[in-house]
Amino acid sequence: MSALHATAAEIHNAAPAARTPEAELAHKCLHFMLLMREVEDRIERKLYRQGKVVGGVYVGRGQEAIPVGSALVARPEDVLFPSHRDMAVFFVRGVPARRVLAQYMGRVGGLTRGRDGNMHMGDLSVGVVSIISALAATVPVAAGAALAMRYKGIDGVAFSYFGDGSTSRGDWHEGVNFASVQKLPVVFICNNNQYAYSTPLNLQMACTHVADRGPAYNMPAEIVDGNDVLAVYQATVRAAAHARAGNGPYLLECKTFRMTGHSAHDAAHYVPQGLFEEWGKLDPIVRLEKRMLDQSWAAQPELDEVHAAMAREVDDAVAWAEQSPFPEAATLLDDVYETL
Amino acid sequence: MSTTYLEAIREGLWEEMERDPNVFCIGEDIGEYGGAFKVTAGLMERFGARRVVDTPISEAAIVGASIGAGLMGLRPVAEMQFADFITCGFDQIVNFAAKCRYRWNAGVPIVIRAPSGGGIHGGPFHSQNPEMWFVRTPGLKVVCPATAYDAKGLIKSAIRDNDPVLFFEHKALYRKIKEDLPSEPYTVPIGQAKVVREGRDLSIITYGAMVWTALEAAEKLAAEGCSAEVVDLRTLVPLDRDTICASVRKTSKALLLHEDTRTGGMAGELAATITETVFEYLDGPIVRVTAPDTPVPYSPPLEEAFLPNAEKVVEKARWLYRY
Repeated sequence: MSALHATAAEIHNAAPAARTPEAELAHKCLHFMLLMREVEDRIERKLYRQGKVVGGVYVGRGQEAIPVGSALVARPEDVLFPSHRDMAVFFVRGVPARRVLAQYMGRVGGLTRGRDGNMHMGDLSVGVVSIISALAATVPVAAGAALAMRYKGIDGVAFSYFGDGSTSRGDWHEGVNFASVQKLPVVFICNNNQYAYSTPLNLQMACTHVADRGPAYNMPAEIVDGNDVLAVYQATVRAAAHARAGNGPYLLECKTFRMTGHSAHDAAHYVPQGLFEEWGKLDPIVRLEKRMLDQSWAAQPELDEVHAAMAREVDDAVAWAEQSPFPEAATLLDDVYETL
Repeated sequence: MSTTYLEAIREGLWEEMERDPNVFCIGEDIGEYGGAFKVTAGLMERFGARRVVDTPISEAAIVGASIGAGLMGLRPVAEMQFADFITCGFDQIVNFAAKCRYRWNAGVPIVIRAPSGGGIHGGPFHSQNPEMWFVRTPGLKVVCPATAYDAKGLIKSAIRDNDPVLFFEHKALYRKIKEDLPSEPYTVPIGQAKVVREGRDLSIITYGAMVWTALEAAEKLAAEGCSAEVVDLRTLVPLDRDTICASVRKTSKALLLHEDTRTGGMAGELAATITETVFEYLDGPIVRVTAPDTPVPYSPPLEEAFLPNAEKVVEKARWLYRY
């Protein structure tokens, strides 16, 4: 790292004394949204096309406000269950970008040491549980983590993330019902990006909003502008306070739009083109930066430097990940069990 | 004071809950009602609703919540009301619990108790032996006790294990068998088979309720001059290949017996293990006595025809003995 350039993290951490709490929060949000955008752009547009990331790639471009605004509310003792378009949850919890990149590249330095790819990773030391590909499977697991925290007298909350499509699955309903019956401290966070692979909302559910499912479980449900990171943050503060106080689960439906195909190999021709343009104007990073300038929370040169520093930081992270070795084939049989 | 198989499981649960405050039970109707078979009767009175959690009819939530609690350091014991209903929590078991350690180094120390097996006129959805769905899923351990002693010792080991354990308790044995158990605490290690009857002429290798069928058959065979050894596997994963192969080396003939249906049943894996390991010791073909490839029928004559019994074992064993 060049001494001439501050790292993105240094800029992020070096809050001038004059910064108000609001400005400070905005800077944090910007940092993590930019980091997710930059890392995912490298993965999808560079490393995947170079064949350095194999298999499938699923990004959350345009949806960064949801994991960032919500995870920043979480306390250290809370446990988070991010889904596949919530990468920033890992960064907010302190997982370095280089390890996420190594994960995508199947290297030993990744969180699963090459055992699994993409967002299929977790790290209990920072309270993040891995998803599996069967979406909504983590919903009852999050309820169980909340049950365990209450059991142990820990004042923690489980953050359960999922998409609109997940709410059609039985696991989702079973997990939400169990959490409601047991009044467990869970914040359910729906990343409603309006498409589940190629399936639009009207083929996914007969209700208008995912939030409409809340009353069936006697659970408060709130619709949030998922492209406004500060709105997501404030809504999550309300939801977490409700859950932490012992009032049971709380559902946040964050409305957003998937600005890509389902995966890197999906051109999403089924999405009416106008929608991309319409939602492109609501980009959460652009919106936050405009607000920061309008509110004088930042000046343009400062934002320019934040962008430049982020690019350098991710350059370094990619270089580290590429240096990380592939796993030895001899480790294939390890860790199926602790003891056999 | 004799203890039934059912009481032995309850004693094991009770002792582990007394020993470790992180152990708790979760399932349908297990609290005040004490469970469909009363295995958990009395636990709620002793340990309270915090540690004996009644759930909705929701197997995915029962298993999923157990996984979540297990990841947080607790030791949940989940009850499936009948093993047949385990299908409703299948994804949670085989995709979530089984793969956590391998993928991201996260142990899932859960036990899933599953009352399985026929002979109680339960019909197609209250009689199945679904152990093989889990035996062939890496990451899961599978235990099938045949005796009260083993049921108690193995449930305790299962609870202490740091990986997910499927505990198939045969419901036809619940109140049918009893024995005097040691007054001192004990465990039975997972992964060790046991020769429950010594013999010279052939090995009957089996598990679960069929151990009793094998012993009954061995008694009849003895009267005909055939000395049958009976091996109780006790655990299907990890499989005690040493004990199996040692027995076949000694008798040179193997009869594989299970109540589960035939195709893809444990006998196929055992046969492969034996031929790969001790082929040159064999003096005859490996034979199987299993349920046929049908659902478990309800009407008594059909269920009787479906289930293996001592007569069917004796007939096959006699043929193998003379081979």
